[in-house]
Amino acid sequence: MDLDMSYKGVMSRQDEIIKESTRIEYSDYEINKLTFDYEKMMKDTGINLQDIIRIQRETGVGNTPLIELKNLTRLVRRISPIGKGARIFVKDEQCNPSGSFKDRRASISVYMAKKLGYKGVAAATSGNYGAAVASQAAMRNLDCIIVQECYDSKKVGQPEILEKQRKCECLGSEVIQLSVGPELFYSFLRVLEETGFFNASLYSPYGIAGVESLGYEIAMQCREQAGKDPDVVIATNAGGGNLTGTARGLIKAGAVDTKICGASVDLSGLHMASDIDFNRKSFTTGHTGFSIPFTTWPDRADVPRSAARALRYMDEYLLVKQGEVFFITETLAELEGMERGPAGNTSLAAAFALARELDEDQVIVVQETEYTSAGKHPLAQLSFARQNGIEIKFGNPDEEIPGKNIILPEHPSLINSRHYEINKLRSSYIKNALKVVNVDELEDIDIEFLAAETNTDVEYVKKNLYK
Amino acid sequence: MNYDVKKGSWVQVHQIILKPEERTAKIPEETKKVPLELWVKGYLNVDGDIGDIVEITTLTKRKVEGELVEVNPIYDYGFGEEFVPELVQIGEMVKSIVRGDDK
Repeated sequence: MDLDMSYKGVMSRQDEIIKESTRIEYSDYEINKLTFDYEKMMKDTGINLQDIIRIQRETGVGNTPLIELKNLTRLVRRISPIGKGARIFVKDEQCNPSGSFKDRRASISVYMAKKLGYKGVAAATSGNYGAAVASQAAMRNLDCIIVQECYDSKKVGQPEILEKQRKCECLGSEVIQLSVGPELFYSFLRVLEETGFFNASLYSPYGIAGVESLGYEIAMQCREQAGKDPDVVIATNAGGGNLTGTARGLIKAGAVDTKICGASVDLSGLHMASDIDFNRKSFTTGHTGFSIPFTTWPDRADVPRSAARALRYMDEYLLVKQGEVFFITETLAELEGMERGPAGNTSLAAAFALARELDEDQVIVVQETEYTSAGKHPLAQLSFARQNGIEIKFGNPDEEIPGKNIILPEHPSLINSRHYEINKLRSSYIKNALKVVNVDELEDIDIEFLAAETNTDVEYVKKNLYK
Repeated sequence: MNYDVKKGSWVQVHQIILKPEERTAKIPEETKKVPLELWVKGYLNVDGDIGDIVEITTLTKRKVEGELVEVNPIYDYGFGEEFVPELVQIGEMVKSIVRGDDK
């Protein structure tokens, strides 16, 4: 019998397709309508931190240098009150085989795919993750398909995404390019069903476990180089996996007092599924268009239960502007001699501003860099923006309006860490939970689950539920 | 009949995955008005011309049918079509502050 390949038909087979392609029985972790056993899901990967490190060493992943940005710290101190200006370190994740921390996520998924006997792997991503899966698949002799949201309806593509396509193809992967829209998931399910490949989801327990080595390495290297745990670790936040995995690794290393900050580019006002807005943004990830929805409801991912649950670990959330990230990217190149891509530089811009609030003896670690190249470079991005009618000028980045202009700070002291009210995220999360289950259906275990999910306590949750 | 593109050529094909009326409800109006489109590359299975509906075999040996749009497609993005001189100014600004030249 021919399968129904219509949108409705394929989506109705979603659960079995995901199960076939991950071999994870997500329903095993469901306790009731709302609550599920997150830690058991992570534990059942059967892979501990030592295994992760061993698997990653097999393909040259991890063990990247932690570099102190001395000139950048000097710049911070020049424009801060005496005694202020924390030391800034960066974890140079571009040293991974495909040029970003995403190799850590891909390495465990692709290892599992091989171990479970799959012929190939597939992933839905327009970012570095595609290159990481392609690279790991190449090393482990598996076929690879990357499904990418790439073009608007005029077949114009963001140069950053086009670069990711090139990279995936040059690493031997097949790339399926799509126009804008959330129905990418439908196309992805079709690919999984047709090929029987492993779903190397960014949000599976494997995808998150792989990042734990990053947090662990940061703690170890920081102790060696700065003589203490980091006071703050900043992670660029979109889907939440980067922050979640890093935080879990820090905890496993015993760095329990380290503050975890998320940072995202403020793209408020732009719609992520809009054919018009698609090419009016200069950042294709690490921005609020992903981070706000995913932080306040992680299970909108491509698996039933996302292992990336940022709100469980996030102590602070900082927003930066596009113009600030371009400024800091150029600054990193010219002051530190490091030409790097935009993702890590989002948290670096936040770190720069935050360092001015902290004392000189404090340590901030920016937990990633990524490679840069044609397409991802500020030159390509700013030139593309200008071509699309976006005004670029020096001024005060606070006045930047996403999709309309990009304001480069006219002085580095104008780079601002906008502390986002984290309780707003927590309230939204609880509100979203109440779309799944009625308030009068909630059991004690659900309240405890919500407290864990929002990194708060039972009292806090109750106050928010009944307000 | 003579075809321009020979069997075995490396090409890109294009498909409409969902027509505008088949798209899901939860998307902005401007996206609802346009189809969901797909492009993929592979080896052409029979001779053909640009604009023909053809079948290709992709790298993972999938057979895909679509409109033939390009032969030996290149990567045509780069560092932008126009230099952005503001970047030079940023470098000068931060270096002068670090070196104390701005005082």
